[in-house]
Amino acid sequence: MNFDKELDARGLNCPLPILRAKKSLAELQSGQVLRIIATDPGSVKDFAAFAKQTGNELLASAEKDKEFEFFMKRK
Amino acid sequence: MGATPEIANIEELVNRRLEELLPQKLEEALRQREESRTPSMAIIATRGTLDWAYPPFILGSTAAALGWDVSIFFTFYGLNLLKKDVSDLKVSPLGNPGMPMKMPFGPDWFKGINWNIPNIIQAGVPGFETVATMLMQQTIKNNGVATIDELRGLALEADVKFIACQMTVDLFGFSHDDFIPGLDYAGAATFLPMAQKADVSLFM
Repeated sequence: MNFDKELDARGLNCPLPILRAKKSLAELQSGQVLRIIATDPGSVKDFAAFAKQTGNELLASAEKDKEFEFFMKRK
Repeated sequence: MGATPEIANIEELVNRRLEELLPQKLEEALRQREESRTPSMAIIATRGTLDWAYPPFILGSTAAALGWDVSIFFTFYGLNLLKKDVSDLKVSPLGNPGMPMKMPFGPDWFKGINWNIPNIIQAGVPGFETVATMLMQQTIKNNGVATIDELRGLALEADVKFIACQMTVDLFGFSHDDFIPGLDYAGAATFLPMAQKADVSLFM
């Protein structure tokens, strides 16, 4: 999937991945996509809830090798 | 004077139609209002230890990231969380049986041991609290958990409003110079109307 910016949130724990993602999204234009990589297992549900609450669309959420990858489109 | 049969008929039709439409329209209007409203949270932070410093700053900064309006009212020992330097916050395992006592270093089998240290030893050994605090700080670092200073900075950056209780500032002999800049100093009469309007109100 194409993306415009990447956030490496590996090794960070709650709530830092969300707070960093919020900051990164603020640097994007509406419609641009942020790719986030995290290792916090709680981030799967947290990013889904964050997307629902803020209106930034979670395009994809996947796990591979204990890492979690998210694609989020700025509202 | 009685209505003619036709008018009575029309009135009945209009009433029936209104009864059908009104709940739909009302629900739609309420839903739109709910969606456009900014949620808000009001927290009272009363504790001044390293472990209890986390909940207000984690929830405050996260709620701000979700787009909420957040106010935190710091009172009693919670004032410690507003000091310029928060690196000296301590944690005490004494009388806190819920706190695991595990070592943040060494091989995995060693890290897995929960050291059950009797209260009498915890209370009697000088510097026990300092050692426990250092171990906790190392554990926090190992787990990629933010420092209090970092979380507090993120909360302020996200426009979380910090209010310090002026009464406790006086009671404990603090001065405004002891605290970070940008605080409001106020009392219960300021907090309560905020809490009244807030969707979420928490005491910590």
